[in-house]
Amino acid sequence: MENARRPNAVLTARQAGLVACTTCCKVHPSADARCRRCGSVLRSRDVTSLQRVWAWWAAGLIMYVPANVYPMLRTATLGHETQNTIVGGVMELIAHHAYGVALIVFVASVIIPVGKFIAIAFLALSINRASILSAHARLRLYEVVEFIGRWSMLDVFVVAILSALVQFQFVANVHPGIAAVSFALSVAFTMLSAQSFDPRLIWDADEADPS
Amino acid sequence: MQDTPLDTDSLIACPVCDALHHVTDVPDNTRARCHRCHEVLFAPKPDAMTRVVMLAWTALILMITAVFFPFLDLSAGGFEQHSSIMDAITAFSDGLLLPLSFAVAALIVVLPALRLIAILYAVGPMMIGYVPARHATAAFRFAQMLRPWSMAEIFIVGVAVALVKVGGLATVAVGPAFWAFVALVVVTTLNDTVMCRLTIWKTLEDRTRS
Repeated sequence: MENARRPNAVLTARQAGLVACTTCCKVHPSADARCRRCGSVLRSRDVTSLQRVWAWWAAGLIMYVPANVYPMLRTATLGHETQNTIVGGVMELIAHHAYGVALIVFVASVIIPVGKFIAIAFLALSINRASILSAHARLRLYEVVEFIGRWSMLDVFVVAILSALVQFQFVANVHPGIAAVSFALSVAFTMLSAQSFDPRLIWDADEADPS
Repeated sequence: MQDTPLDTDSLIACPVCDALHHVTDVPDNTRARCHRCHEVLFAPKPDAMTRVVMLAWTALILMITAVFFPFLDLSAGGFEQHSSIMDAITAFSDGLLLPLSFAVAALIVVLPALRLIAILYAVGPMMIGYVPARHATAAFRFAQMLRPWSMAEIFIVGVAVALVKVGGLATVAVGPAFWAFVALVVVTTLNDTVMCRLTIWKTLEDRTRS
């Protein structure tokens, strides 16, 4: 698409005295409060964005602790009960030589959540500050976080399916542990944290420092 | 900015980086990207409206099939266990874990279904008649908001992982609902590819006004 001014200098809606709708892209005079096309609330820049990012981020991190400490899965086989934490479940899969699946679960429930906490914190801290990554690289990072974050819910679904499937009265029983709840909450909170982030802030910082 | 005539109807702003663009006609099957951050702004497809409605209907019917038909059958040492998606949902229904049961139900069935209904409500009347239904914009906004929270495809991978975990101690047979759910994921993905949000927003606006 053609930019509204010269090809090398980018004119933003804010510089032009306009406010853009992030839901449907329509632009309005900056005095408008609601989008005339889709009815969303208009904000030139979401000033409370970072506060909400950090609040959800902290909530997610807090919930991530019990998610790893308490058992995710309680398996009862012939009256003998074993409890598995997230990492314990991965270890068990490795013990059964299911390396591929162990890798999927490990990535979805350890690497992605931890990576997400680091990535969101990095993005939020790099606003209004010189960053080692370019605006393009940071946007790429943000998109990856938004796209991949949902996949952490995988382990919660696995627990739900196992608990539904394995119900053989005395022989074998699987029950969800309390960590399933805190893990699900942790994933939901970090998703909200990523969604609260206003990517336009990345580019504002970029404009202020044109290096 | 005095040199640029600012007619807000002929301008759009990138939702990701706020760069202003003049709206130009974008041919079908091509993509228009943001000048600065390369976000895809327009990706129109031919007959998109009909395809969106048909795919959403298909997905909704598959969803109903997937919920009520047997999903997985498990047998071990003379015991047999049939489970539908409803059982997976109610697995958490004791005590403290009840909220999680609601969350799982919402993420894999309720929210995807609501999203499909909202898309049908927003786009359907425009396909059949011409004028969109009342509150069609609110419905489409709702559908857009729900997108990250519909986790059907993650659930399918979850089923695959669970099957490997159980595989050692029991024989598992997949039921019709499993295939319905797989088809649902494929159809939903197709639907999201066909549906160009910005084109639908513009059409909704143009047809509401006249």
